[in-house]
Amino acid sequence: MDTIYALATARGRSGLAVVRISGPAAFAAGLALCGSLPAPRVAGLRRLNWGGELLDEALVLGFVEGASFTGEPVVELHCHGGPAVVGAVLRALSDQPGLRLAEAGEFTRRALENGVLDLAQVEGLADLIDAETEAQRRQAVRVLSGSVGQKVDGWRRDLIRAGALLEATIDFADEDVPVDVSPEVLSLIDGLMADLGREAAGVTAAERIRDGFEVAIVGAPNAGKSTLLNQLAGREAAITSEIAGTTRDVIEVRMEIAGLPVTFLDTAGLRDTEDRLEQAGIDRALARAEAADLRLFLTDGDAIPGLEPFGDDLVVLGKADTRSGGSGLAVSGKTGAGVPELMARIGEILVERVGSAGALVRERHRVAVTTAIAALAESRAEVVRPDSRVELAAEHLRRAVRALDALVGRVDVDDLLGEIFASFCIGK
Amino acid sequence: MFHVKHYDVIVIGGGHAGAEAAAAAARMGVSTALVTLRVETLGAMSCNPAIGGLGKGHLVREIDALDGVMGRMADRAGIQFRLLNRRKGPAVQGPRAQIDRRLYREAMRAELLATPGLEVIEGEVAGLRLVGGKVAGVVLASGVELASGRVVLTAGTFLNGVIHIGDRQMSGGRMGDSPSRVLAVQLAELALPVGRLKTGTPPRLDGRTIDWARLESQPGDEHPAVFSFLNRAPEARQISCGITHTSEATHQIVRDNLDRSAMYGGHIEGVGPRYCPSIEDKVVRFADKTSHQVFLEPEGLDDPTVYPNGLSTSLPEEVQSAYIRTIPGLEQTVILQPGYAIEYDYFDPRGLHRTLETRAVPGLYFAGQINGTTGYEEAGAQGLVAGLNAAAASCGRTPVEFSRTGSYIGVMIDDLTSRGVTEPYRMFTSRAEFRLTVRADNADRRLTPVGLQAGCVSDARRGAFEAKVEALEAGRAALDSVLIGPKALNSIGIAVSKDGGKRRAYDILSLPGAELPDLVSAFPEFAALDFDVLEQLQIDSTYDQYADRQAKEVADLRRQESQRIPSGFDYSRISGLSNEMKQKLSRAQPDSILQASRIEGVTPAALLLVLACLRKPGDRLAG
Repeated sequence: MDTIYALATARGRSGLAVVRISGPAAFAAGLALCGSLPAPRVAGLRRLNWGGELLDEALVLGFVEGASFTGEPVVELHCHGGPAVVGAVLRALSDQPGLRLAEAGEFTRRALENGVLDLAQVEGLADLIDAETEAQRRQAVRVLSGSVGQKVDGWRRDLIRAGALLEATIDFADEDVPVDVSPEVLSLIDGLMADLGREAAGVTAAERIRDGFEVAIVGAPNAGKSTLLNQLAGREAAITSEIAGTTRDVIEVRMEIAGLPVTFLDTAGLRDTEDRLEQAGIDRALARAEAADLRLFLTDGDAIPGLEPFGDDLVVLGKADTRSGGSGLAVSGKTGAGVPELMARIGEILVERVGSAGALVRERHRVAVTTAIAALAESRAEVVRPDSRVELAAEHLRRAVRALDALVGRVDVDDLLGEIFASFCIGK
Repeated sequence: MFHVKHYDVIVIGGGHAGAEAAAAAARMGVSTALVTLRVETLGAMSCNPAIGGLGKGHLVREIDALDGVMGRMADRAGIQFRLLNRRKGPAVQGPRAQIDRRLYREAMRAELLATPGLEVIEGEVAGLRLVGGKVAGVVLASGVELASGRVVLTAGTFLNGVIHIGDRQMSGGRMGDSPSRVLAVQLAELALPVGRLKTGTPPRLDGRTIDWARLESQPGDEHPAVFSFLNRAPEARQISCGITHTSEATHQIVRDNLDRSAMYGGHIEGVGPRYCPSIEDKVVRFADKTSHQVFLEPEGLDDPTVYPNGLSTSLPEEVQSAYIRTIPGLEQTVILQPGYAIEYDYFDPRGLHRTLETRAVPGLYFAGQINGTTGYEEAGAQGLVAGLNAAAASCGRTPVEFSRTGSYIGVMIDDLTSRGVTEPYRMFTSRAEFRLTVRADNADRRLTPVGLQAGCVSDARRGAFEAKVEALEAGRAALDSVLIGPKALNSIGIAVSKDGGKRRAYDILSLPGAELPDLVSAFPEFAALDFDVLEQLQIDSTYDQYADRQAKEVADLRRQESQRIPSGFDYSRISGLSNEMKQKLSRAQPDSILQASRIEGVTPAALLLVLACLRKPGDRLAG
C-alpha cells in the first residue's frame, strides 16, 4: 500500500497550507522531516528540515490508524511560509521512501473504503475534488498553448512513435517490418530525455507559460474591452510589457495585481459571423479564453456567443458611464468607475488560488517529468544491451508514457496500433 | 402432444466459438445442445488455415489451460509449427501452426460428437423463444422446439452475411453456406445496438499449378512448440510453406481495376480491420512499395488447395486471375475459389456483462465474431467464457469472470465490454499491459486453478497439472536454498562483480549470460533438476522483478474490479451527480467501479459518490 501526500485543500487568505500524509509510511516520513513527532492528536511546533535546509516552522499533528481522516496513519503539516515553502515541503516528501503524490480525491477514497466517511460527507467534498481535478486539467491545457504546448505535442508524437516501433517488432515479427528499430528508438528516447531534462531543471521557465495567471477579457465587439484594458493598465499597476499576440486576435498586457503576475488577454470580439477569417480569429480567441485561468465577461446585458461563465468567472456590465443603476459589478473603461473594485476582486480570486492549486500543480508536473526521465533511462539501457529484451524496453517506455499522461494526454494501445498501421504495410 | 426437449444450455452455431461453448458447458456437467446448420462444417476454418500467433497464441494456451478444445485439435491437425519471436523474451513468444483443414474438422467433429452430455443437432434456428423478456428456448426452422433457460449465440459471420466478389453480391455466411436471416430479423427486433463489419479473404489456389521449385521455402521449427499443455509433439506429418511476392505488374493490374473492387467501388458499408488489408488497400496506401510478401500455405497434407496469405481481395474473378499470374511461381496458377469480402452484422459488445450474457435479454449469451471480433482464437475464448457462465448460471454456481490483470481472455472481455469496437477486434500482446507476468508459458498456472474451481477441468488434466506444479515448487525450493559465489559464476562466463556476495541459485537464472547447459555442467544443484523444470524456472526468475514492480498497479485494478455495481443501479438517486453524469452512467451500466472509471467524462468525484452509495453504513468496502 502506497503512502500518499498532498495539500489538503486550504481555502482563504490565511496563508496556511496543510500538507497531509496518509499511509503506512506517514509517521516515518514525518519523523524524517521533523526530527520528532508530538503525541497523537496533540499539535506540536516543529522545524521542518531536509537536505541540510530549514524549510519551515510548522504545526505538526499525528493521527494513528483508525483515528484519522482516512482511517490510516496520518501526519499533518500546517505550514505557513507561502507557496514557495509549500513547494519545498512537497519536494522533500517526494524524496521519502514509499511516498507518492496523491491523485485528486484519493484521500477521500481511502476514507470511504475504510468506512470513515459516508455519502453525505462525500457529497460535501465532491465539489472540492472536482475543483482540484479541474485545476489539474487547466494546468495541462495551459501548458498546451504557446511554445511549450508545441513541445508537449512533439513529446506525445515521439513517445507514440517509439512505442509503436517497439510494439511493431513484437506483435508483427513475422511480417514485413524492420528487424532493427533501435537506432530510431534511441534517437527518439535521447531527444525526449534531453527535453524533459531541461524541463525538470526549469531552464524553460522563461518560455513557460507565465508563472502567474491569465485573465481573458471576453465580450462582444463594441463592449469596451480595449478601453477597459487601457484603464486597467494605467491604474496603479506596473506594466511589464505590452506584447502583440501571436495572432492579431489576442493582445496581451502583463501587470501585477496583489503581488501576482497577471496577463490580461484582450480577445477578438465574439459574435456570430459569416466571415470565415473572422470566425477563425474568434475560434482562436475562444480557445485562449477557455484556457485562461479566469474570464472577465464584459457585457451590455446580452449573452455572449460561444462561451459561458464558469467557476469564479466575473460578469461585468460595461460602459457604466452610459447607464444608471443595475445590479452587479459595473465598470467604465472611460471614467474608471468600478475599476478598483474589479481589480480587488480579481486579486482576491487569484490569491486564493495561489494558496492551494499553484504549488501542488507545479509539484505534480515536476514529479511527472522526473519519473518519466527515469523510466526512459531504463528503457534506453534495455535497448542498447547486446541481448536486448524488447518487451522490457517496451514496458519501461509504457511507464514513462503513463507518468506524463497529464501533460501529453492518455496514450492508448490504439494510438500505437494506428501509428504502426500507418507506417508499415501489415497484412497477412 | 409434443414432448419439448429440455437442455440446461443450448448453443447456436458450431464454429470456433460454438464448439468451445458447447464443450465447456458439457464439461461443467450440464445437459447441452449444439445446433448447427451442417454437422460436417463443425470445425471449419473460413479463412486462414492457421491457428495461433502473437496474442492469438496466448489465447489458445489459455483455452487449453481451461481444458478447452482448440489447442488439442490444433496439435492433432498442425502441419507446420513455428514459435514466433523465438529469439525474443518468453513474454512475447507466440506459438503458431499451419493447419490441415480436413484433419482439424474431423478431429473437432469427433471430439464434439464424443463429448458426454453434449447433443449435436443439425438444423437452423429460426428464432428464440422468450417468455417475460427472458430466454426460454429456441425454435428450429423445422418447427421443433428446444427448451432452455440459457442460450449461447455464436452465429459468426452468418447474420445477414453478404459476400462480395467485385460487383457480384450474394448472401452467404461463408462461401458455400447460406446465411442466417430469420433469426437475424428477430434479433433486430430486440433493438440491440448493431453495426456492420467486413472482412476479406484471398483466392484459393491449385497447388499443383504452382512452381514451388523456384520459390523460397519456410520450414517449421525443428522442435515444434505445441499448443496443449498435455501434448509434447505434433501428430501429423510436417511440411514447409512457400514464400513469394507481388510485383509492379501485379500492382498495375490492381490499380487499373480499383473501381471494380467491392470495397473501393463503395458496395460495402462495413468497417474492415486495418491489420488485414486487401491487396487493393496495400497497393493504394503503400504505393511506394514495389512488392508485398505472399505466404503460400498448403491447406492440407492431401489437399492441393493453397491459401496465399497476404492477397485478401474483393476484386472480380477475372482480375484476380490476371494479377495472380504476375506473381513469381504463380504464372500458370489456377484459382479454385475466388477471394471475396464479406460483411455481416455484429452487436455492440458494451451491451454484454463480463460473463457475455446480454444485458437486454437475461439468459442470452453472445460469443465470437458477432461481438465484433475477428479470428478463430478470439471467438474460441469468448465461446469458452460464455459456455462456462451459461452452465454455471443454469445450476446456480458463481459466475466465472476473467480480469485483465490475469489473462488475455480477461483483456479481451474487458476491452470489448468497456470500450466496444470500431474495427474487428484482434488480440495483440500490446493490448495486455501485464504481458510480462501474463504469458503463454504460465497460462496453465494462471488459469487451470480457475478451471478446477469452476468445475470445467477434467481429472486427466488435473493430475498432469498438479504433478507439474509440484515439480516446479520442489525445484524452486531446491534452488532457493543454494548460494553460489562470484568466482564460480565468473568461471562459466556470467559476469558479476568479484567483490559481490553469494547469490541464490534461483536468482542466478535471470543474470545476463546465464545459459542452462553451462549451469547444468558446472553445478550439481542445477543438474539435479529436469531440464523442462529449469527452463520454466529461468523464465519465472527473469520476470519476477517485473511482477513485483507491477504488483501495485495490479492490486489497484483488482480492487476496483471487485467494487461491484449491481445491475440496474439507480444513478438518479445520487444527488451529487450532474444530470449528464447520471445519464452517462445509466446508459453504460458499468459492472464495477473499474468499468465506470473507463467511461469517458466520468470524474474522480463522481466515482467517489457512486462508491459511497454502494456501501452500507459501517461497511468496509472490498479492497
